[in-house]
Amino acid sequence: MSRMNGSLSLEGLVKRFGGTQVVHGVSFDVADGEFVVFVGPSGCGKSTLLRMICGLETVSEGEVRIGGERVNDLPAARRGLALVFQSYALYPHMTVYQNMAFGLENLGMPKAEIAQRVGEAARMLRLDEYLQRKPTALSGGQRQRVAIGRAIVREPRIFLFDEPLSNLDAELRVGMRTELADLHRRLGTTMIYVTHDQVEAMTMADKIVVLRAGRVEQVGPPLELYNHPCNRFVAGFIGSPQMNFLEGRVAAGDGPGLAVEIPGFGVLRTNAAAHGLAPGGAVSIGIRPEHVRAGHEGDNDLTGAVAGVEQLGGLSYVRLADPNITIQIPGQTRLAAGEATPVHFPIDALHVFDADGMTVPAIS
Amino acid sequence: MASLGRLLTATRGRGKLDWTDWASYLYLGLGTLLMLGPVLWLALSSLKSPSGLIEFPPTLLPQEQVRAAVPNYPNPLPLYRITKGDHAGQTLAEVRKIGLQATMVDPAAPETLIRVPIDDRSKIMRLHAAWDNYTDLLKKFDFGRYLWNSVFITTVATIITLLLNSMAAFALSKYKFAGREPVFLMMLATLMIPPTIILVPNYLIAAVLGLTDNPWGVIWPAVATPTGVFLLRQYMLTLPDDLLEAARMDNASEWRIYWRIVLPLSKPALAVLAIFSVMWRWNEFLWPMVVLGRNETFTLPLALNSFQGELTTQWNYLLAMTVVTLVPVTVIFALLQRHITQGIASAGVK
Repeated sequence: MSRMNGSLSLEGLVKRFGGTQVVHGVSFDVADGEFVVFVGPSGCGKSTLLRMICGLETVSEGEVRIGGERVNDLPAARRGLALVFQSYALYPHMTVYQNMAFGLENLGMPKAEIAQRVGEAARMLRLDEYLQRKPTALSGGQRQRVAIGRAIVREPRIFLFDEPLSNLDAELRVGMRTELADLHRRLGTTMIYVTHDQVEAMTMADKIVVLRAGRVEQVGPPLELYNHPCNRFVAGFIGSPQMNFLEGRVAAGDGPGLAVEIPGFGVLRTNAAAHGLAPGGAVSIGIRPEHVRAGHEGDNDLTGAVAGVEQLGGLSYVRLADPNITIQIPGQTRLAAGEATPVHFPIDALHVFDADGMTVPAIS
Repeated sequence: MASLGRLLTATRGRGKLDWTDWASYLYLGLGTLLMLGPVLWLALSSLKSPSGLIEFPPTLLPQEQVRAAVPNYPNPLPLYRITKGDHAGQTLAEVRKIGLQATMVDPAAPETLIRVPIDDRSKIMRLHAAWDNYTDLLKKFDFGRYLWNSVFITTVATIITLLLNSMAAFALSKYKFAGREPVFLMMLATLMIPPTIILVPNYLIAAVLGLTDNPWGVIWPAVATPTGVFLLRQYMLTLPDDLLEAARMDNASEWRIYWRIVLPLSKPALAVLAIFSVMWRWNEFLWPMVVLGRNETFTLPLALNSFQGELTTQWNYLLAMTVVTLVPVTVIFALLQRHITQGIASAGVK
């Protein structure tokens, strides 16, 4: 079966509700077959963006193009998309079969073809036994699969998921994550997935779109966002536990890189380019917990007091007070609260952000 | 059946009867008597003959005096048991009664007339159900026609009521449009206008439209009910918008969403409105009386009313017809009552 082009491009998308603007000129492209995740804190406009793409919300300004064709004025049903709702939105008075068949019936498809498509989707999602049940007689994971099945049978150009896993318990969520990734591999259809959970974003996405307050902060593959966040928000949002931040000032350094003075802890050397930053200007340093090393190495060293320890068995998180940071230690640790512990910040693991929170580029 | 038994013997304590059990059962018993008593009396009385109805003291069960055929007398004569005097203990038949003296005969020896003071005898009664109250209704009066008129008006009006009100409720609960609240408030405000006030204007309109003496004259003014719209709207507000959006994504037209999603899911509220509408239309009296002038267009309540003449009232037929009138509403209520309690509970209205 030939699949229709499932590429998507947004251009200067704006959404206003009455006088309040919630989406401010969002533009990016999604290639056919990509798995894209919109991630951001709640209220960042990611669901609104999704609803504008699928046509449940009108576009105030800008353009939505699917497969190269402008769809702003096309009703939701004609866009060839399928949306999986956070609440699943299964029709409670219909059986699983009827739920999956409803959309096809509306298209006037012959009964035999409907039965065939629903049967196929049910097999793929292991729902064969439940076809005659009502949604209320299903578990959360099964309902989720029915919702996905309802999307699959329509053979859409793009799948849209609106926080589909947030109503499941932690264990099921991990399972469904792999299932969705498998599904994407098998179908090869473009998928757009909205979540506030950066772990879901990191594990599933080909490309992540980080949103904040109706604006795109950064678009890129998961590891690029992780390794090279373009600003302090993305740096803090991607990665768990969060990146550590220390406020400081530009110091008069002697090396090629920017030197940052952390009040009370001395000067840290970085790889960031110093030009354009006046000595004494406010900057901040960021370092991920797993990049902090225990022990002093003669340079970029600090000493902090242990405030708490979380042992996960395979690795341990140590919270320090003064400076207020978390460090990750492989394996188990003997450190206890109150002990002073020396730490080292490797120079190439340091991120520097200027007073506006933008990343200061490294020396090329 | 077992659950009914359990229900009727439920107690608060284990085994022993608590004082609250006594109080509850007393209260419930009294309530049952008050509610059910008149209905039972009505049903039993509807089986009494005209003479049984005016019997004093009144009896609960339908009874009639025993009559016996006596030779030489063309009609069967009523039988009495003599309680005092020469003939005490004998069973005699009454020939005639003049003042305080009755002329009676012994059915075994019909030749001798016996005079008995009326205080010295008592009637011999037997249980007898006068089913002809019901069968006569069907023969003598055009009962079938009235029943059909009532059934037609009730059914058609209820169906149209459900359709129109649910459409209005759907729009008022699920679409956002300018003026939605004012329209809704205006609809509710009509509840404040007593029906008697709009009786005359309504009639004028019905007359202009040629709806008088026509069942549609009863149906059309009744189908748009603010109560119905309110009840359904409140219920539909609880249906998640996600369902409607899912249906929209599923390529369903707005009509199809209404028909396939909203209506089936509003069943409990629709059941409540259906029973209300059936009761309203079935029992409605004033408006049909104004609009329906010709006898053959009468509904049951109007026909009932016509049994009460200015000079005489045929109570036996009136009672029988009242029972027949009650039955359909009772049956519908019994069938739908589970939905009704559910619907009332979930719609949050009384």
